[in-house]
Amino acid sequence: MPDVDKGTVRITDIGPPHYEDFLPPIIKRNYGKWLYHEILKPGVMVHVSESGEKLYTVRVGSTRIVSSDFVREISDLADKYCGGYLKFTTRNNLEFLLDKEENIEPLIKEVQALGFPVGGIDHSLGNIVHTQGWLHCHTSASYASGVVKALMDEFYDYFVSDKLPAKVRMAFACCLNMCGSVGASDIAIVGMHRRPPRVMADRVKDLCEIPSTIAACPVDAVRPKTIDGKPSVEIDEDRCVYCGNCYTVCPALPIADPLNDGVAIFIGGKVSNARTKPTFSKLVVPWLPNNPPRWPEVIEAVRTILEAYKEGARKGERVAEWIDRIGWPKFFKITGFEFTKYHIDDFRIR
Amino acid sequence: MAGVRGYGGGIVGRFSDEPDEYPGVKEYHTARLNQIEGFFYTSDVLRKLADICDEHAGGLFNFHGSTGDIQILGFKQEEAEELFQKCTHLGFDLGGSGSALRTPSCCVGPARCEWATYDTLHITDNLTREFQNEMHRPTFNYKFKIKCAGCPNDCIASGARSDLSIVGVWKANIRIDQKEVAEYAKKFDIKKYVVDKCPTHCMDYTDGKLTIDDSNCVKCMHCINSMPKALRPGLEKGAQIRIGAKVPMVQDPRLGFILIPFYDVNKDKEEDYAFLKDLIQKIWDFWDEYGTNRERVGELIQRVGVGNFLEAIGLDPLPEMVEYPRANPFIKFEEYLVPDDEEEGKEG
Repeated sequence: MPDVDKGTVRITDIGPPHYEDFLPPIIKRNYGKWLYHEILKPGVMVHVSESGEKLYTVRVGSTRIVSSDFVREISDLADKYCGGYLKFTTRNNLEFLLDKEENIEPLIKEVQALGFPVGGIDHSLGNIVHTQGWLHCHTSASYASGVVKALMDEFYDYFVSDKLPAKVRMAFACCLNMCGSVGASDIAIVGMHRRPPRVMADRVKDLCEIPSTIAACPVDAVRPKTIDGKPSVEIDEDRCVYCGNCYTVCPALPIADPLNDGVAIFIGGKVSNARTKPTFSKLVVPWLPNNPPRWPEVIEAVRTILEAYKEGARKGERVAEWIDRIGWPKFFKITGFEFTKYHIDDFRIR
Repeated sequence: MAGVRGYGGGIVGRFSDEPDEYPGVKEYHTARLNQIEGFFYTSDVLRKLADICDEHAGGLFNFHGSTGDIQILGFKQEEAEELFQKCTHLGFDLGGSGSALRTPSCCVGPARCEWATYDTLHITDNLTREFQNEMHRPTFNYKFKIKCAGCPNDCIASGARSDLSIVGVWKANIRIDQKEVAEYAKKFDIKKYVVDKCPTHCMDYTDGKLTIDDSNCVKCMHCINSMPKALRPGLEKGAQIRIGAKVPMVQDPRLGFILIPFYDVNKDKEEDYAFLKDLIQKIWDFWDEYGTNRERVGELIQRVGVGNFLEAIGLDPLPEMVEYPRANPFIKFEEYLVPDDEEEGKEG
C-alpha cells in the first residue's frame, strides 16, 4: 500500500485494519501465553496467563443486526469498564474484556439495564446465529430476526443459565442457500419455499437477461420459452429446488409466497471434533407455517426438542450424541413428530 | 447495480420491488467491510463506523455477517463511493462477495485461548492481505472460503462450511498436571465423564493417577475441554488442512476431507506461509482449469475423483483422507503386465 495523504487519495486493497492495534494491553502482554480458563458463572469466564495475569470475559447476547446507537452505547460501556476495548464472537455475541474482577458486577448491571442478557457459555443455549430474512434478502422464506427474537425470548432462561446437558447451538437460515451455514447445528431452522418462482411473462423481456437467468439455475430448471409472442422463460417444477437464484438475476421471477413459505427444523449437527466426528443436522420437521409475530408453532417444536433432550440426554451429550445412542425411531416416538416420506432423502441431481 | 469503482464485489445491491410505494428503501444496499481478525475493536473505531453508517447509510449494521464481515446496511448507489472512501480512510476495506475469495476469518486464537496451536489471527490477516485481488475482483467459478480454527473444537465452524479449513492440532503428548487432576476429581467423576468418553479409549484413571496413551489419541479435545486446568494440548503444534466443505447449494451439504494431516504452520509462518500459499494457488489453478460455473471446489473434486485431484496438486494419497478405503472392486489399474513381444514402453 502506498503511503498516501489520507483524505485526498483514493485508497484501495488495503485489507483489514491490523488486529494488533485493537488488542487490549492485557491481551498484548499475554498473547499466546494463556494457561487455562474457568467459567465463573453463566456468561462470565476468566483466562489465566503464565504470567499470573487474569482476563475476565463477560459475554452478552447481541442481536447481530444492530443500530448505530447500540454501537455507541456499547462503546461507552467499553470506555467505562474495559479501557475502550471490546470484541464480538463468531455467534454474534458481544464480549467485554476486563482486567479487574470488581468491574464484573457493575458492568453486568449496566448491560442488563440496556436490555441485553449475559450468558451463552458452557451448557447453555448459545446465541442463535441467523441470516437476513425478510428484513433484507430477496430470496428469504421467513423472517430470520423475528423468529430468532421470539425463540430467544421464550428460551431466555437457557441462555442465562447452564442447565442443559451440554451446549446447544441453534441457527436460523432464511432459505436453503443457508448463508448462515446453519446445517451443522444442534438445532437448525431453515426457511422453506414450497413452490417455484412465478414467471411474470410480460416483464421478463424488459427486466431480465434471459441467458444469464437460465445460467443462474443450479439444476437446469429454467428454460427459454416464447409466451404471447414475447421472449420469456418457463420453470420445470419437477427440477426446481426453490433456491431463488434465478430471482437474484431476474426480478420478474419472484419466489416469495405468503401462502406457502414456512420453515423446516433439522437437528443433531455439530462442528466440534470432541468425542464424535462433526456431522450435519438431519430433518425432523419438514414444514411449519410463518406465523408472525411470535411463531408459536416453531416455538412449540423447539420446546419439544429441548425438553426431550434435557430429559433424555446424559450429562455432556450433545443432541447428536443423544440421538445416536437412542436411535431415530425412539426420537420420533418420544417427541411425537410425524415421520413422513419427506424425511427420506430422495434428492438426486439429474 | 451497486458497487464502487475498481471492485467487482464487496457491495451487495438490494432494490425494492415497490419503489414507488416505498421510496425510502428504493435502494438499500449492503457494504461488506473486512472485519478485524478475532473481531477485536476499540470504542473509537466503532463510533467512527457508526458516524459513517448514519451519514451515508441506514444506521444499521450486522456485527457480523455469517462469513465474518461487518455489514453496513441501507445506502443508495450515489452514496457508495463516499461511504467506501471514508471506510478506507478509517482503515477498513471491502470484503468478498460473488464468485471470489470470501473474507477469510478465524477464531479468537492465541489472543484469548490457551488451546490455539498456531496464530490464527496472524495467518488470517496475512492471507487476506496476500489475496486482496482475488477477494475484490471475482474471477472464480464460485465462492471460495478460508477459515482458521486454532484447535479441533473449531469455534469458527470451518470444517462445516469452508472450502479450505485450517484446524490446529499437535503431535506430542497431552500435558498433564496430576495435582490439578486431583482437584477436578473432587468436583466430578473423572472416569465417567472423561475417561469413558474418550473416543479411542486411550486414557486410564486408576488410584488417582491419570495416564494417556498418546499414540492412540485422535486429538478430539474432550478431555482437555473437561479439565482445562489439568490438561493442555501437547507441544509440536501444527494444523490440519481440510478441503471441500460447503453448504447445500448445489449438491448437498458436505464436510471436507483431510488434505494435509499435519501442516507445520508455525514453521511456515517464518517463511510468510509460502507452503500454504503455493498449495492454495495449485488448488485454484486446478479449479480454474477443470471446474464449471457455480461448482464449489469440493464438488469438483468429487466429480473428477480425489485421486486425480491429488495428482494434479502433487500430493500423495493418505489413509487420513478417506473415511475408509473403497468397498467396490471397480479399479482401473494403471500398472499391468503385457507379453514380452508386445513390450514397447507399456509400463503404465
